[in-house]
Amino acid sequence: MNLQGKKITLHEMSLRDGMHPQRHQITLDQMIAIATACDEAGMPLIEVTHGDGLGGSSVNYGFGLHSDEEYLRAVIPRMKQMKVSALLLPGIGTVDHLRMAVDCGVHCIRVATHCTEADVSAQHIKLASKLGVDTVGFLMMAHMNTPEGLLHQAKLMESYGATTIYITDSAGFLLPHDVTARITALREGLQPGTAVGFHGHHNMGMSIANSLAAVEAGAVRIDVACAGLGAGAGNTPTEAFVAVANRMGIETGVDLYKVMDVAEDLIVPMMHQMVRVDRDALVLGYAGVYSSFLLFAKRAATRYGLSARDILMEMGRRKTVGGQEDMIEDVALDMARERGLI
Amino acid sequence: MERVRCAIIGSGNIGTDLMYKALRSAEIEPVWMVGIDPDSDGLARARSHGLKTTHEGVDGLIAHMREDNIRIAFDATSAYAHAENSRKVIEQGAVMIDLTPAAIGPYCIPSVNLAAQIALGASNLNMVTCGGQATIPMVYAVSRVQPVDYGEIIATVSSRSAGPGTRANIDEFTRTTATGVERVGGAKRGKAIIIINPAEPPIIMRDTIHCLTETEPDQEAIRASVHAMIAEVQKYVPGYQLKNGPVFDGRRVSIFLEVAGLGDYLPTYAGNLDIMTAAGLRTGELIAAELRAGRYSV
Repeated sequence: MNLQGKKITLHEMSLRDGMHPQRHQITLDQMIAIATACDEAGMPLIEVTHGDGLGGSSVNYGFGLHSDEEYLRAVIPRMKQMKVSALLLPGIGTVDHLRMAVDCGVHCIRVATHCTEADVSAQHIKLASKLGVDTVGFLMMAHMNTPEGLLHQAKLMESYGATTIYITDSAGFLLPHDVTARITALREGLQPGTAVGFHGHHNMGMSIANSLAAVEAGAVRIDVACAGLGAGAGNTPTEAFVAVANRMGIETGVDLYKVMDVAEDLIVPMMHQMVRVDRDALVLGYAGVYSSFLLFAKRAATRYGLSARDILMEMGRRKTVGGQEDMIEDVALDMARERGLI
Repeated sequence: MERVRCAIIGSGNIGTDLMYKALRSAEIEPVWMVGIDPDSDGLARARSHGLKTTHEGVDGLIAHMREDNIRIAFDATSAYAHAENSRKVIEQGAVMIDLTPAAIGPYCIPSVNLAAQIALGASNLNMVTCGGQATIPMVYAVSRVQPVDYGEIIATVSSRSAGPGTRANIDEFTRTTATGVERVGGAKRGKAIIIINPAEPPIIMRDTIHCLTETEPDQEAIRASVHAMIAEVQKYVPGYQLKNGPVFDGRRVSIFLEVAGLGDYLPTYAGNLDIMTAAGLRTGELIAAELRAGRYSV
């Protein structure tokens, strides 16, 4: 694999996807410290939102310690060069949240849908595009659609005004050849001016290999998180990816030692639990289940005397998609009743 | 007894399902079906059942409303089109029952407040959303026992049952449902989430309701209230079922539902269609009775 001289944009996820393992309880001080240090490290872009996007604060996904607006207003004015993005999942957040985020000064809006349902994003992508922000379409659970199917969905988002489309491996299920096929389909089928990105999860230990496959196939935006802080076994770890990129001659513009220090000095000490490929996170990748289900399944398992692994396998069997956290307790209750535990 | 004559505007999933239910009604008679696509399946089905049809939208209907004595119109188009449709229909002397999430008129949930809303005599009555019809009765079942500080609902529908109108109106769905959770459900603050799931075979509509009560929940009273309300909704949606709960966890009360439809137009998985069309039809039938008795005028 020769990636010498490829220029890519890294997008830091620890303050958005990283909200999942932190149960959306990251403090304003922690946000500011991490964002400031990433800014210093030359990271071009960082996402700041509830883990489930704008408006995600809820019983279903967990209430945030602060509102999206409080986080955005705390971080954005302190940035020297780094831009800030916000995530929006139609069905959870609305165009009202989008306007609020743009009013706070976000540079980029990423509108996320399940990989077969892109048409629910039309009003949000059109508005973001009209407001003049960098507009990204984010196709989640991309293992649940074929490369051709993903291209069809990507073209819808492109037609609404998205200028970058992501293949999002929300379950950490994809293997490198799957990533290659999906990124290639988008790269060849979308307009030349539309950029392609990849968002990985490390549930099967494949996030760096998958991200490299994506770059090779033409992705120019790669999501990463310092210390991997993200749902499930986390996202592609920034520091490891930058180290690999340096060795391979991929240009990221990010200072390796500085992101190593963000990971080690700021993120690892605040982690509620180690973000790693434990057996339950591995099951997410193995069964193709949405990564943020992990902690909900562990809690339901404890409450009803079950195994999180069994709950997650059942969530996979039922073909649940992102956002269906409510089904975890429902599934656990069914299983507990079948086993005579309640 | 002569049935009250009505028109259905919108020949998509909701309008077509409503037509099948209205054809069985003893109170109302579907006379017109309005679409915008001459090749739509809904219009073809309407013609085969003897309805008059137009593919020229609401304008193709209004010239005929008085001569055909259309007293009630159901709008199953989209939130964006509704305001204009409503104005035109009401000008022709009909009552408008709104099955879009436009939410111009009073919010009607048959098992909770229908009689009171009809007594207001509004010319436009709003059926909230499918998710609202499925979940607001449960929020109300808790709030009639004790104050609910926060009500949150998650409606999960199959991809096949979510037509283009629903998809284009997803923000209107969440906003209107959340407002209904507050105004009709009785929660001080409401939130609504909708998920579209593409699994094959399609999933049956699922709804989860979380209430945060102000004080420790009275478990016995809430359980009884929830079961009584389930029976009430089952009177017009037989496939409305409590799957799990109520679960009590501190001040959180969680209820898990499954809503199967009658399979009139889309198969039984599309309970989201049925609960909406059944609520709209129930409202139309009560208004028809009032119109006949001369107690309702527009």
